[in-house]
Order: sequence, then structure tokens, then C-alpha cells
Amino acid sequence: MSITHAIEVIGLVKKYGSKTAVDGIDLKVETGEIFALLGPNGAGKTTTVEILEGYRKASGGQVRVLGFDPATKGSAGQRWRNRIGIVLQSTTDAADLSVIETISHYANYYENPRDVEQVIDEVGLREKINAKARELSGGQRRRLDVALGIIGSPEILFLDEPTTGFDPEARRSFWELIRTLKAEGKTILLTTHYLDEAQELADRVGVINNGKIIEIGTPQTLGGRNTAPAKVSWLENRKQQVIETKDPTTEVIRLNQRFNGEIPELEVARPNLEEIYLKMIGELK
Amino acid sequence: MKFLGETLRIGILRSGLELKQFLRQRESVVFTLFFPVILLFIFGTVFKDTIAPGVTFSQYFVAGMIASGLVNTGFQQLAITIPMERDDGTLKRLRGTPMSVSSYFIGKALLVTFLMIIQTALLLFFGSVVFDLNLPTQASLWWNFTWLVVLGSACSTVLGIAFSVVPKSGRGASAVVSPIVIILQFFSGVFFVFTSLPNWMQQFAAIFPLKWLTQGMRSVFLPEEFAVQEVAGNWELGKTALVISVWLVLGLIFAIKSFKWSRE
Repeated sequence: MSITHAIEVIGLVKKYGSKTAVDGIDLKVETGEIFALLGPNGAGKTTTVEILEGYRKASGGQVRVLGFDPATKGSAGQRWRNRIGIVLQSTTDAADLSVIETISHYANYYENPRDVEQVIDEVGLREKINAKARELSGGQRRRLDVALGIIGSPEILFLDEPTTGFDPEARRSFWELIRTLKAEGKTILLTTHYLDEAQELADRVGVINNGKIIEIGTPQTLGGRNTAPAKVSWLENRKQQVIETKDPTTEVIRLNQRFNGEIPELEVARPNLEEIYLKMIGELK
Repeated sequence: MKFLGETLRIGILRSGLELKQFLRQRESVVFTLFFPVILLFIFGTVFKDTIAPGVTFSQYFVAGMIASGLVNTGFQQLAITIPMERDDGTLKRLRGTPMSVSSYFIGKALLVTFLMIIQTALLLFFGSVVFDLNLPTQASLWWNFTWLVVLGSACSTVLGIAFSVVPKSGRGASAVVSPIVIILQFFSGVFFVFTSLPNWMQQFAAIFPLKWLTQGMRSVFLPEEFAVQEVAGNWELGKTALVISVWLVLGLIFAIKSFKWSRE
């Protein structure tokens, strides 16, 4: 198995009784990459991620995270947990402990913890350092979760729907934090159902539906987005004119000549990721 | 060895954190630590009768309350807080770290030990100051007291961890656990003189450790002559040690086998 793959999954299957939650997933995530797993609720995102995190056992297939089977028990499993960081979906634990108390306590669990003060600065909780977790806003609470995820200086960070319930500003600054972590060379596996989040952060996106990966690509090329017809619209005869074309540049030049200069209210738009995504999961319904 | 030392070190750190969290929850402090003291005041004030020469009901009651204090700080406290930790994500988060399960259990056991010491001290203090509880003067009685407390709280702790899989949610845990404890207290001779209870109740209570713990505590705090008033006509300390030990071993096996990190 190649060293460059932080995560390698072959033919992953997870069954609950007669129900198949994950139905033969293949996935490779490279070291240092941000990979986003997109999909509707119940598609199998969380199940897949929780198998990678070692919370659930696969029913079939092969899973390697940092070259290691996450289902391994005992002290080997513990050593492996030293190298990963997990940010779970919304939690309310440690409500009576302050930010600094919780982070410095969790630092004890790891062999090579990061500097507590530095982590607090990185996640932007300096002003809330002595606040109890129950007094934090949703966004601040999530930052605390991230702090606990990165305190052990993990090589891989799992983020499960990290910005659900954030206001736009909190999301922007959270994205900034994730980009900082990427710059430090961390591999990040992110699940989200926000398309703009995947577009902003991910190097590659995998769309999952009904327990299967439908497609993997960069946010720019997913679903043939880069080659999909663009919409060119402008104002003419007091009406909004729209055409779909594979050659928007040619169209704009043509219009430019016809108007002999500026084209009124010109807009050229590629289908956004959301449109592509909805089409992808819609087609399969 | 390094691994063991690390497990112990983290366990001790966890107990500190657990204690901090415990003391910051006012309800749990009142409910777990002071409730037995409050009960002591109520029962000790209401029932002033003498139940045998030189033995008042309040003395009888203090002995039972010290025994059931071990059930409060161990069994009841853990069987309620662990399901809550399962619900709020504490256990899942811990599972994702290199911390070992043993450290978690060590942390819990030390927390219980600490709470038990505080509670027993409170009961002994108020019992002797307000209700004329005679503190034993013989070393052998203090020795009995010590092994009863150690064995009793160990048993109470593992049974609390084992029982933590029963409540379906953290919110409902108290409603499931508290009635069991209260009924056991009634049946085991904490609130009433054990021998005055109906026969079937006595036999039922004899299955569980609390009855034996209360009887053991009476052997420490009541006069030697009172032993003839017990069911068997003596304190049955050997049998007490045996029953509690069996529950301890069964509880330990069950706690290790059945412990759940998440609700699924």
C-alpha cells in the first residue's frame, strides 16, 4: 500500500441487519489533501466516516487509515489514535469545564501534544479561555471541538459536518481555520451537506448516495461542470435574454460586435456545484 | 510497565477532572452528598424511640445510612451519570482518543472513593454529634468498618458501571435508578428495623448486598449485645463478606463485558 495515501478504502460494505448502509465504497485520500464527502442525509456519510474513525466495524471490504486497520483493538489501536484527530457531530459534553481546562486535560492523552496556548490561539478562543463550555455560542463550541481534535497533533483530521448551524461569519472564519490546518500539512476528511463549503475547502469531492460513491472529482470538474454548457444572459429589447452554450467566449464576442461595445447586464455563469450535485443525486432517485 | 503507569496516571488525572465536574453541578452535590445527611436529620428527629436497651432508632438508622451512602456515591451516582455521558458525547469523544478504558474506570473509582469518604465523614460527624452515635473504640471494629467500606464501595462502583447500560437515555436514568435504590433501602433495614419487616421482604433483601452492608455497619456501631436481635442471632460477618464479594465479581465481569461507549 502506498505511503502517499492517508486513507485507502476498497469495497467497503456496512450492513445493519438486512439494510445496507454502505454498499461497496472505494476511496483514496492522499496525504495533505482536503477531501469532502457530500451526500444527502442517510446516504452513508457518517457511517463511512465512523468506520474510518474506528467507531464502527465494517461488514466487508478493506479499510486502511495511515496504513492501519481502524478496527484494531488494544494498545496498537491506542497508538494509532495518537495519530488521528476526530471532530464529531454536535456534542454537549464537558459543559461545566472551561476551555483551557478541557483542552489541557485532553493534551495529557497524547504522546506529542501541541502547545495548549497555541491551539487556543489557533482556534480563536483566546477571549473565551476561562469560559465554561456551556457559556459558548454554537460556533465557539465547535471551535473547542476542533481544538480537542487537533491537540494531539494528528496527521489526519476527521470533521463531521463541522459548520452545521453556523452563521455566515462564523463559517467564514471556521473555513479560515481549516485552511490553516491544511497549510500545516494535515490530511482532512470532511463531511458536509453545504456545497459552498466543499467548494471553498476541498481539493476533491466525493458524492455519496444510497451507500455508493457516485463520483469523485475536484469541485471544478465534478459532474462535468467544467464542460457543461454555460448560461449567457444580457438585456435586449427590455427583456432578459438567456442562451445556453458550450462556447460562451465566442458568444460574448458575437454579442460584443452586435452591440458595438458594452453588452447591457452581461452575465456568464457555469452551473454551480449545487446545481450539479442536485442533478447528480436527483438522477439516481 | 510504562503502559500501566501511563494508564494509572491518566486515571488519576481523570478523577481530578471528574471531581471538578461533580462539584460544579449543584444538583449532584446536593442529591448525592447531602441527601443522606438530610434524611438522617429527618429520621433521627422523628423516630426517637429506643429499640433495645441502650440503642435508639437514630443510632440504628445512622448505621444503615452509612451503608446506603456507599450505594449513593457508587451505584446510584454512576448508573445515572454514565448514561448522561453516553448521551452528551463524552464517551464517544474519549473513545476517539488514545486514552485507555481502564483509565476511565480508574477515574470513576477514585471519584467514588473521594465522594464516599466525604459522605461517610459527614454522616459520622452528624451522627455522633447530633444523634449520640457511639463511635467504636476497639481497633477490631474499625478494621471491620474499613473492609466493609472498601468492599462495599468497590461492589457499588462496579455494579453502577454494569447497570449503566440499562437506562435508555441520560435524562431517564434517574427515574430508572433512584426507585431501585429507594426500594432496596426500605427492604434492607435502612428506614425500618430489619427484623420488623415481613419475612418475604427480608428474604428478598438478603439476595442483594445492601442488606449485608447495613447489618455489617450495625456490627460496628451498635453494642455487641444487639447481635442477638439480628435475624441469625449474630452479625454474620463472614457471610456478609462472601455475598458482597460474589456481587463484586459478577458486577466486574458484567461491567467489562457490557460496557457501551455509545447508544446503538
